Amino acid sequence: MRFLLIEDNAKLAAAVVDRLGLDGHVVDSAEDLATGVHCLEHTTYDLILLDIMLPDGDGRTFLEKHRTGEDTTPVIVLTARSEVSDRVRVLDLGADDYITKPFDFAELEARCRAVLRRRHGSARNELRFEDVVFDPLGGTVTVDGRTEELRNRELRLLEVFFSAPDRIFSKSQLVDRLFSYDEDVSENAIEVYVGRVRKKLQGGRVRIETIRGVGYRMSRLGTGP
Amino acid sequence: MNQPFKPAISATGSLRRRLIVQLLVIAALLSVVLYVSVSTFARQAAETTQDNILEASAAAISEAARAERDQVFLDIPYSALSMLGAVSEERVFYRVMVDGVTITGYADLPAPEVPPKLRRPSFETTVFRGDEVRVVATVRRITVADETVRLTVLVAQTRAGLAAISLRISIAAAAVGIGFFLVSGTLSWFAARNALRPLDLLAQSVARRGAHDLRPVRSDAPSELVPLLVALNSFMDRLRASLMRTEEFIAEAAHRVRTPLATVRAQAEIALRSVKQPHNRQTMREVIRAVDESSRSAGQLLDHAMVTFRSDNLARTEFDLEELARDTIRGIGPTADLKDIAIRFSAEAGLGKVKGDAILVQSALRNLLDNAVKYSPEESTIEVAIARKGRTARVSVRDQGRGFGDGDVERLKGRFDRGTNVADVVGSGLGLTIVDEVARAHGGSLDLASNERGNGACVFLTLPLA
Repeated sequence: MRFLLIEDNAKLAAAVVDRLGLDGHVVDSAEDLATGVHCLEHTTYDLILLDIMLPDGDGRTFLEKHRTGEDTTPVIVLTARSEVSDRVRVLDLGADDYITKPFDFAELEARCRAVLRRRHGSARNELRFEDVVFDPLGGTVTVDGRTEELRNRELRLLEVFFSAPDRIFSKSQLVDRLFSYDEDVSENAIEVYVGRVRKKLQGGRVRIETIRGVGYRMSRLGTGP
Repeated sequence: MNQPFKPAISATGSLRRRLIVQLLVIAALLSVVLYVSVSTFARQAAETTQDNILEASAAAISEAARAERDQVFLDIPYSALSMLGAVSEERVFYRVMVDGVTITGYADLPAPEVPPKLRRPSFETTVFRGDEVRVVATVRRITVADETVRLTVLVAQTRAGLAAISLRISIAAAAVGIGFFLVSGTLSWFAARNALRPLDLLAQSVARRGAHDLRPVRSDAPSELVPLLVALNSFMDRLRASLMRTEEFIAEAAHRVRTPLATVRAQAEIALRSVKQPHNRQTMREVIRAVDESSRSAGQLLDHAMVTFRSDNLARTEFDLEELARDTIRGIGPTADLKDIAIRFSAEAGLGKVKGDAILVQSALRNLLDNAVKYSPEESTIEVAIARKGRTARVSVRDQGRGFGDGDVERLKGRFDRGTNVADVVGSGLGLTIVDEVARAHGGSLDLASNERGNGACVFLTLPLA
């Protein structure tokens, strides 16, 4: 998916581009409204992430204009302002969702996913590996003609593996992607989710291997060491 | 500041009373003037009447005198004295003199000091034989044997009756004066009330306003009130600007605090990916947690300030609580999803609307749900229900988390007080404080309990229905 991030804080923007890139999203970053409008004129995006306080204007003005135009690209507002009154105002102006800075990347991903799911429905962005079809928006995986619902963490685990099949991910990398930092999680907690995903992939030609002492990887059956 | 506003103004006198007192003083003065002039005029009229009769009587006596041979003859006509009797039962005295020599009547009846001239009688009030009498003197020339003599006629009448008449007239005049005073007093009360009515109307129209209604007063006012109205409107203008600045300031402060924290957090999260050493990873995670802790505290503090500010100026609009709850649940959905927590919602049908500040109530609901999600284990269920309870709507949020722990549950509503069992979860200790404040601003309540269906917490937010 292609996202447009309109955010003047360069460091934060870089971090968001970096992180969403891990999920396989392409994120264009615009540092002000003018650049953002320019990007929108030339490219079609699946989602806009919009900061409220920008050097050349108020994000809410942009939002208002955006909503009265023909462009129906969903918008998630990023703001550092007080949540109490701003949230309602921004949603009234037509934002699809709202997230307060500083945010947990896991939460940002979750909100992006929720908005995309609402907007596009599922089956738009299916990923395929061997005989396994993974629909991250719909939250399902289909193996051998059998479709399984995925719980959130299972879904995110598969997202990580599908972003780079055959690549080994360490337990700590997986913990970082699956859990928020508010939670105290031991790395062994990952084993539970890997176990569940393995169960759902049974019967197909794809497996999740344990690389002892290193981590896990998703690979074709019979290509392991 | 939620208590009813007690005016710091003590009234120094009342305009109405002042107006009435002044009008009454004027009425009293006019009444006295009326009384004095009526009684004086009446007395004068009575006196003039007496004088006229006395003069007529004296003239009649004088006319009756005739010169015959060398003598003056006088038959006092009965009518001359009977006309005096017409006034009242007064005693009448007379004296007729020819060139200063009394020829008939009371020789000791004193003549007025001013001697009468021809056709110009003189009058005097004097005392005769112990009574006050009015005396008239007329003079006439009569020719007797080629000699002209002066015929002087004095007629006097006592004034006892006249005094009685004067008294009656005075009483009547006093009655008229008092009546006049009473009537004009009543009229001035009405007049004062009428004159001050625009002031009352203005006061009412200002008093009836809602707390958030700072629009200028647009009532028609008499020209005397226009300066007051103008001053009032300009004051409300300034107040509105100041209120908006406060909201804007709080939002801006939040922005200033959170923006750098957001950068730190994002960079720390990125940096964490390249850190391999478990010890260093632990440190980085702690950094991120600390950032979360401080940003959450700052955010909640500012939210709390905003809630306090808005509670003091509570808006009262009707809104649909069920819809608001659905919105709030939708908003928190993705966060709950992260832990695979399901939120189940049910609302009693035909609940009716709640009156208050929807933004505040939503903020309270979000805090309750935030807490529920934060303290719930993975893959658990949160139940949100709205039920009608008498004249109130009760929102209940039940989770399957760790509950409130030991100790005084009520204490958790206080500022910065957190449960004894939550040290491992990031929190500011302000969430329930905010909810409690919102509940109380709306005349509702926040109740904390244990989930009766097993472990976990159950909180009730009760709000009065519109």
